[in-house]
Amino acid sequence: MGEAWQLVLDSFWPLLQGALVGTIPLTLISFALGLIIALVVAMMRLSGSRVLAGLGRAYVSAIRGTPLLVQLFVIFFGLPQLGLTWAAWPSALVAFSLNVGGYAAEIIRAAILSVPAGQWEAGYTVGMSRTQTLRRIILPQAARVSVPPLSNSFISLVKDTSLAAMILVDEAFKVAKEIAAATNEFLIVYMEVAVIYWLICVVLSGVQDRIERRLERHVVRA
Amino acid sequence: MSSAPDHTAATPSGSTPLLEVSGLRKSFGGTEVLTSIDLRVETGKVLALIGPSGSGKTTVLRCLNGLEQPDAGTISFADGPSVTFSEATTRRRRESLRTRSAMVFQGYNLFPHRTVLQNVTEGPIHALGRPKAEAQELAERLLDRVGLAERRDAYPHELSGGQQQRVGIVRALAMTPSLLLFDEPTSALDPELVGDVLRVIKELAEEGWTMVLVTHELSFARDVADEVVFMDGGVVVERGPASQVLGEPTQERTQRFVHRLLNPF
Repeated sequence: MGEAWQLVLDSFWPLLQGALVGTIPLTLISFALGLIIALVVAMMRLSGSRVLAGLGRAYVSAIRGTPLLVQLFVIFFGLPQLGLTWAAWPSALVAFSLNVGGYAAEIIRAAILSVPAGQWEAGYTVGMSRTQTLRRIILPQAARVSVPPLSNSFISLVKDTSLAAMILVDEAFKVAKEIAAATNEFLIVYMEVAVIYWLICVVLSGVQDRIERRLERHVVRA
Repeated sequence: MSSAPDHTAATPSGSTPLLEVSGLRKSFGGTEVLTSIDLRVETGKVLALIGPSGSGKTTVLRCLNGLEQPDAGTISFADGPSVTFSEATTRRRRESLRTRSAMVFQGYNLFPHRTVLQNVTEGPIHALGRPKAEAQELAERLLDRVGLAERRDAYPHELSGGQQQRVGIVRALAMTPSLLLFDEPTSALDPELVGDVLRVIKELAEEGWTMVLVTHELSFARDVADEVVFMDGGVVVERGPASQVLGEPTQERTQRFVHRLLNPF
């Protein structure tokens, strides 16, 4: 029993370090990039241009219709054969950003559509352009609607980054695999890394609650 | 009110059309909703558009504000843009109409995430590029006029429907348009709140604002409008002074409509 605790304590810092230098930055950066991609794709789908809407739809369909692990492998192992060679970290970043972009595009598109048409018209009637109305009137209201589903994507992403261990990115799960292999204590080490992921997600859910409450301030529920 | 347009000085009253509409046509997916509409609104006058629902009156208003693209026809402002519509008319051209008119919506359409004051200053600051202090001063003056100065920092959901619609009117006024458009401004209100809003509209009419008003409040139209246009099925059926169209309509369809609204049972 004592030995088991000792292992938990000894591996805690390396695992946490994996989370701090791998899991967390990978999640934050690819989520931020993914949101930018998502906004662009959502606007393409809402643009009214058949070509842009079609491209947006094809992108979303490809991302949602293929496994994330396959996407990761295509980017890291596949693209070098076309002369595009990158290190593991940027490969993972690109794969996760594109993946989040595909899912979040649909969330943002639905959120924009959920804002009543009268809000666009009110923006227009006080002289604002389409872009101004989108930025100042529509997106702030769409943001409120999209926080819960985007939080789901974000929390999924935290856990999905463990797939980066497959291309040898240093993150929490890769560290866990190495410790487990060296000690043969698979149950203890994998349970421990599971708890670390879980704690990160608990903290994030708390942040989500706070953001939601903040955005709900000026809204009456029908 | 100092922001009321001062066209009375320069023009002999009742002779200059501020707005002229001719041959306005619009269809939605093969259904023609406006067949060929001609309108003239003189500076400082109030035109009321009445008619059964589906008659096209709201569509006329939305075309005047550039919210809908007509298929054909001309909309021209004496002091601003004149647009003759065809398939080739660009959105930018259509939207130029918005520089001269501002709309008050049936459902208010206030911005729920902005305070009362921000609702009013949003357009002047961000679309017209007015200095913030100047826009706020005008907004406060206008809010004071409609009795809402103390609610400047409230959010729309904290206001009654009547208060929200008065903010909607102030938001339109703050754009200093030459033409105010009202789309059934009291239809969404509880009956006891209607009076507050109608009073504000009436005061604006008396101050010389030019307006086009779509309404079902016939007695109000009679009171405030100089001219009434009765529309049905996308055409103008009858037009004339308010007292005549509402008091002694000559067309049978107008008679039936007026009778039905005045005697609902």
